[in-house]
Amino acid sequence: MGTMISKIVRTMSDIIAPLVFVYGAYVIIHGHMTPGGGFQGGAVFASGAGLLIVAFGAYSLQQKLKDKQVTLLESAGSLLFIGLGFAGLAVTFFFNFLVGTSFFGHIPPTGANAGDFWTAGVLPLMNIAVGLKVIAGIAVVMLTIALATTEVKK
Amino acid sequence: MTASALYNIPFIAVAIIESIALFIIISQRSLIKVVMGLGLLASGANLFIVALGYRSGGVAPIYTNLPQQAVVLPVPQALTLTSIVIAVATLALMLSMIIHIYRNTGSTDAEKSRLMKG
Amino acid sequence: MPIAGMINSKLRNTIAIAGLLFTEFLVVVLARDIYLNGLHMYTLGASSPEITTPAKFIFPVRIILEVDSMNIFMALISSTIALIAAIYSMASMKKETGQDKFYFLTLLLVSGMLGMEMTGDIFNMFVFLEIASISGGALVAFRTRYADSPEGGLKYIVVSAIAGLMVLFAIGLLYSQYDLLNIAALANAIQYTTLDKIALALLAMAFLMKLGSVPMHMWLPDAYSVAPTAITVILLANSQASMYALFRTCFSLFGLTMNVNTLGWMLIILGVLSMFIGVTMAVLQRDIKRLIAYNCICESGFMLLGVGVGLAVLDNPTALATYGFQAMTGGIFHMVNHALFEGLLFLAAGVIFHRIGTRNLNEMGGLGHGLKFTAVLFLLGAFASSGLPPLNGFASKILIYESVYHFNPVLAIIAVIVSIITLAIFVKVFFSAFTGQMLPKFKEIKEAPKPMMISMTILSGIIILFGLFPGIVVDWLAHPAVNALINQASYINAIIGGR
Repeated sequence: MGTMISKIVRTMSDIIAPLVFVYGAYVIIHGHMTPGGGFQGGAVFASGAGLLIVAFGAYSLQQKLKDKQVTLLESAGSLLFIGLGFAGLAVTFFFNFLVGTSFFGHIPPTGANAGDFWTAGVLPLMNIAVGLKVIAGIAVVMLTIALATTEVKK
Repeated sequence: MTASALYNIPFIAVAIIESIALFIIISQRSLIKVVMGLGLLASGANLFIVALGYRSGGVAPIYTNLPQQAVVLPVPQALTLTSIVIAVATLALMLSMIIHIYRNTGSTDAEKSRLMKG
Repeated sequence: MPIAGMINSKLRNTIAIAGLLFTEFLVVVLARDIYLNGLHMYTLGASSPEITTPAKFIFPVRIILEVDSMNIFMALISSTIALIAAIYSMASMKKETGQDKFYFLTLLLVSGMLGMEMTGDIFNMFVFLEIASISGGALVAFRTRYADSPEGGLKYIVVSAIAGLMVLFAIGLLYSQYDLLNIAALANAIQYTTLDKIALALLAMAFLMKLGSVPMHMWLPDAYSVAPTAITVILLANSQASMYALFRTCFSLFGLTMNVNTLGWMLIILGVLSMFIGVTMAVLQRDIKRLIAYNCICESGFMLLGVGVGLAVLDNPTALATYGFQAMTGGIFHMVNHALFEGLLFLAAGVIFHRIGTRNLNEMGGLGHGLKFTAVLFLLGAFASSGLPPLNGFASKILIYESVYHFNPVLAIIAVIVSIITLAIFVKVFFSAFTGQMLPKFKEIKEAPKPMMISMTILSGIIILFGLFPGIVVDWLAHPAVNALINQASYINAIIGGR
């Protein structure tokens, strides 16, 4: 495979990558209170995966991510999203049926406040579904293009 | 400059970016530069949509910790987000097709790798 | 879909075809409802499906899906073509790898097409347009082991991306002036300022680019010839969905507030140019699918001519009643016929490609001995395309000829000449590919596999049926669609009036 990246970069990326993953998960989950949401957090998470690809080479990441697991993750995100849309079908499609109940259903207070996590109904669950799908999608795209270009260079 | 030119700086910037992007797409020969021009075109359109939502004296439309003031329009920000997602998917697909063209014909030049004419 | 593919490949095929059958069933049921009851709409996420303007607001807030006769007409075409193409692809894609992704992308493409046709919100139309373009582009470049497939796919995606960004820019312009995204509400509030003219020009150019009319037609032969055959047929329906979007913006969004004469004449001139350039370039081709693709451009020119005449006389009630209405009926009826006979031609050419592996006309000869049924169906499609009497091409083309003759005689004469040249090119293809001495390397050519035969037979049956009873089709399908387009006021009232 030629020369690998130096040991300093590999060690630091080992330390920083979990922080990037946690930050990405935070942006996904707090999407209804602060800027962010499904796509933004998923892109941050996948950029952590990109850091690992650059530091450790595409082959070692390919051995870690099996094809079937990633496909299952992506399909699970998609099925969760559509399922939540159909769950409110008694009234209309995509109806926000969790507002007012106790699971996620508080009404957000108006004006300046510190934020309440258990608000906004179905939206955090949909954010998580979209985030799963985006993570799987962008990570696989980066990995495939990295693998294709290392083969071509040989 | 006068006040109206100062308020119009985002739109002048959009005009410059879009014209540069169209020039790149039309005139460049290397396929990767065409893709870069398309990314620039998408950025120009997104900037236009976000910039048109400004209301004077407004702050960012975040619900938490909101000061008692007017906010800028939040709908263009949702439109821009959707557009950025679509642009990411399109650019990823175009780059993977360029990789296939390079593998099959050996160059990324638009003139040398052209197989279908007429 | 990939989960089903991991379990069993037959399960995945069955789910794809069952899904498309269910969609077709739902569309037919909805069509019956629309033709009896009128326009329907569905608000996503509101307390009841009919509320577009909630109680405390003055403009519509949520995304609505609305279906009237024009929408359901296009949706009938799209779902029928998708079902037939899926049946066809069960046989033609047997030897390819990655079939999970093929069916997944096909279902995504069909859903993008149907979404673009059934929405009442202009940004939603943009999103579905992009979904359809991206999945279509990935499918065009599906056979990556041939060198020309990624090239056709790249051309398709670049043109679609530029068209999509132009639509986004126009949506930004319209939103900045009126603060509304709902098509009916915009049509109510629109005044024809300079920015609106720019938005109209951008929208018209973008949809013409996606449709394959003449100044922007370079991607069409490349993309249609290298795609797998089932995908070419669905891409045809996709171009017609873009044509529907063009008509929706011209008639329902802008309507009579704009200068209909200018835009109508522009559509007429582009239609005539498309017809002429399409059919003359088709004479020179050696690749059979490129030739049929140039014929596609020619037929799109017919549709643009018919509806352009109707648009140009929109503000003149007497002319509209005498020949404008008929011209638009001809143009819209031609949409159905175009999908049917071009689909049949492409499927027949796909059978040839499946059996011999090449599309070059110089290497073919005497295939009619082995592929008897395919040859007859190809001839049927060719006759329908050039407008010979007992078939459906004749019915729509004579509506266009008669009404355009009232408008301007020169255009009708050009249209007739183009039809004659169309017949000439298909006679050339038929004689060089199917008849003549059978070359020795084609001795063991068997007939096409069963799924392909089923699809082609269904299409030819519908063609003959529409040809023998055109009056029924025009009364039930085309007239309500044209009425829905012309009456802009009833469209607006049904969606936002009187809540």
